[in-house]
Amino acid sequence: MFEAVAFYLFAFLTIAMFFITVTTSQALYALSALAAGMIFISGFFFILGADFLGAVQIIVYTGAVMALYAFGMMFFDTTREVKEKKGNKFIVVGLATLSAVLVVAIFAAPMLSSNVLALYPAIEGAGNTQSVGLVLFTKYLIPFEVAAIMLLVAMVAGIVLAGKKMDLSLTLLNAEEIEQMDAEINKKVLS
Amino acid sequence: MEKYLYIALFAPLVSSLFSALFTATPKKQFVGIVASFLIFSAFVSSYILLGHIMDGGEPIHVEMMTWMATGNLYIPFGFVVDQISVTMMMVVTLVSTIVHIYSIGYMDHDKGFNRFFAWLSAFVFSMMILVMSDNYAGLFIGWEGVGLCSWGLIGFWFHKDIATWAANEAFIMNRIADLGMLIGLFLVYWNTGTLQYEGAFAAFAQLDTATLTWIGIFLFIGAMGKSAQFPLHTWLADAMEGPTPVSALIHAATMVTAGVYLVIRSNELYSLIPHVGLFIASLGAFVALFAASMALVNRDMKRIIAYSTLSQLGYMFAAAGLGAYWVALFHLMAHAFFKALLFLGAGNVMHAMHDELDPFKMGGLKKVMKWTWIMMTIASLALAGIFPFAGFFSKDTILEAAFAEHHMVIYGVLLFTAGLTAFYSFRLVALIFHGEERYKIFGIHPHEAYRFMLIAMSPLLILAMIAGVFQAPFFEMVEEILGAAEYHIHSHVTLWIMLVGTQIFVGLAILYAYKKYGTWSSVPDGSSKMENSFIYKLLYNQYYIPYAYEEYIVKPYNEISEILWTKVDQKIVDASVDGIAGFFYSAGENTRDMQSGNLSTMLKWMVAGIIILLSLAVVFGLAARYSGEIMAILSGLGV
Amino acid sequence: MEIGLNHYLILSTILFAIGLVGVMRRKNLLLLFFATEILLNSVNIAFAAISHYYGDLTGQMFAFFVIAIAASEVAVGLGLLIVWYKRHGTIDLESMTSMRG
Repeated sequence: MFEAVAFYLFAFLTIAMFFITVTTSQALYALSALAAGMIFISGFFFILGADFLGAVQIIVYTGAVMALYAFGMMFFDTTREVKEKKGNKFIVVGLATLSAVLVVAIFAAPMLSSNVLALYPAIEGAGNTQSVGLVLFTKYLIPFEVAAIMLLVAMVAGIVLAGKKMDLSLTLLNAEEIEQMDAEINKKVLS
Repeated sequence: MEKYLYIALFAPLVSSLFSALFTATPKKQFVGIVASFLIFSAFVSSYILLGHIMDGGEPIHVEMMTWMATGNLYIPFGFVVDQISVTMMMVVTLVSTIVHIYSIGYMDHDKGFNRFFAWLSAFVFSMMILVMSDNYAGLFIGWEGVGLCSWGLIGFWFHKDIATWAANEAFIMNRIADLGMLIGLFLVYWNTGTLQYEGAFAAFAQLDTATLTWIGIFLFIGAMGKSAQFPLHTWLADAMEGPTPVSALIHAATMVTAGVYLVIRSNELYSLIPHVGLFIASLGAFVALFAASMALVNRDMKRIIAYSTLSQLGYMFAAAGLGAYWVALFHLMAHAFFKALLFLGAGNVMHAMHDELDPFKMGGLKKVMKWTWIMMTIASLALAGIFPFAGFFSKDTILEAAFAEHHMVIYGVLLFTAGLTAFYSFRLVALIFHGEERYKIFGIHPHEAYRFMLIAMSPLLILAMIAGVFQAPFFEMVEEILGAAEYHIHSHVTLWIMLVGTQIFVGLAILYAYKKYGTWSSVPDGSSKMENSFIYKLLYNQYYIPYAYEEYIVKPYNEISEILWTKVDQKIVDASVDGIAGFFYSAGENTRDMQSGNLSTMLKWMVAGIIILLSLAVVFGLAARYSGEIMAILSGLGV
Repeated sequence: MEIGLNHYLILSTILFAIGLVGVMRRKNLLLLFFATEILLNSVNIAFAAISHYYGDLTGQMFAFFVIAIAASEVAVGLGLLIVWYKRHGTIDLESMTSMRG
């Protein structure tokens, strides 16, 4: 009973938050609603017994990603109202619903029709975090390391892209401008 | 000996390829000289091979490489030099050597000098393949090769509409006949399982007569096309649009005799089916008379000689059809010599008269063209069969063969034709070289041909005179393979009456021709009584056969094509093809908006695409899952 | 009332649809990024639910990797966004038509 109440509550909240995210014309509202939605989703994870996943959801999404977006928004002029595209809303909604139903149908159909055997069953007597750790550092070690490298690369890329001079393209500049730029850099280094 | 075989076969190919290198460049004298030299080397090789065979050597049989080997079908590039093919090789290489040398002079002022030699040598190569192949497939390749080269050479002056028309006519007529030939080849393969002469001939003996008859008929249809027998004869006269050396080589001495060669080569087949042989002989006799009658009144020098060729081919088929294969082959050889000589002489006259072809506009040329006059007169004597020239030995033997076989109708027709032959030959000689100098009206100043051209022709002249002495050795050589049917008239008296009678008949025809045309003084304008007579018109219009072909075959065919073009091709085929193209064009035109560069439009399309793909996945997934049920439903529906 | 796997899957479907609507409808690139986060999260819920109901940890593993990818996507995406904004002064989708065919 408690589970059902929690599920419906979180479901309602999540849908509402995400709905606000995609419909509001204020970027700040959207950001806040998204962050709230993320936290509510972690609620589902806790209900499902995936404690570790829920914690990660809160830390990574709500903590890191949202903070990143918040910093990103500082660069942009987000105070003015976001203009939305005028278009047929039914097409958009129809397409979205249809594809979502199809995705779920495809993934759900085999599971509903046949008994899927657990490849890595939850370990008896161990908490969720321990079992996750055991699987992650044995069977999924290589994907895990690859993911780590990917994150590192993404971090470097983020720093480089957001860094100085990236808005200039050497190929788009002509020779004099490049020389002038070089001269300025040299001056700074020398002085 | 094999190396001589390869030289004889491939020297013309080398010559052709060498000349072909220069086709895009202006005239180069050395191209002609090199080509002539290479063809001459082929001639020398053939001569050595002839010596080998004459000395009783074994026929040379080589298998150069495998051509086709699929399943039971095995066709090699095999070549054989036996009594028949060595004779043909001699004829081909000798005449082509002379024609090559002659052409250096004849084509002197032509822009396509180099191209001419490329085609001419290619023709010789194809002809060598035709005569030397040891199987029907190789023969067919050569057969098509000479057809192609003939097309290229008839239409050599392609800027003239009539020349291209004649080239196409010859090509198409030959295609019709080649279909028959192909069917014949298929039948041979179908029934004997091989296309090699040896294997096929050995297997023929076991086949029933009906099958053999069909094979014989279809092969002969091919021969009819290539040798321009009735009713496929019209192309030969029109082929005279080509340069004269071409007419001499292809349309007198070599290619048109390929049909005769085919019949001689397949003698073991035709010996088994004498009724087809009789048909061939009858058709030959008919064509001999038919063509000779058209030659009587024609006013085009080259066409007269072409009809004469046709007529002589009729003689050859008559002999071959009666089983006198060696006589046919001998007449083929002798005819090649004097007919090529006649054509080359006509070429000299054409050159002198600035391409004028109407003998009525010439006359009295013997003063300026003494040597040409002598050559053409002797060639005509040989053609008429006057003792002791070549034609006497070959043609009279055909008459004797017909007599000895008791085919009196054929004999009578051929004898009568011999008289006609003499008449039209000397009508031509008389009109060109005797009488008043009518060419002066047209302001032409004739001149004799180059000396080297005349010298090049001289071997033909000598052969036209003395080829008769080869009759006995030739007979000895070929009797082994073509059967020793020597045609003896039992009574010596009958033989002498026949010989002398024929000579007198022919001689009278010659005299009559001289008397009628020797002193001709005017150019006919179509007003005389003779020119308005029905027979003259009938003959002059070639029995209205070209007209009939035009009216009853070409025009209806044209109309059907027109209907198919406008109705079927444009309305159905073109429309559907255009419709498909139009559909894609309009689809592209209408979907151009997709490429607006607007990211959110693209995202929408992406989602739409995802939906389509996912739907397909669902459909196929369901189909795979319920395949058993679907099959059951389909089988229930009777699919 | 028992909450089954289907409930979660339906929830996931709804969230996925919302995300797609956002992807198609948003003109501001930043908000478009938000919509992609929604898509990823909706899938994560489905993974976690399946993992739970089948007693298999693989679903959770996938959810982890999805989170990792989302994090890197945000890092790189925001970097690019900043570069674009510096150069053009706007992050409006309408201004990005250099791919016009």
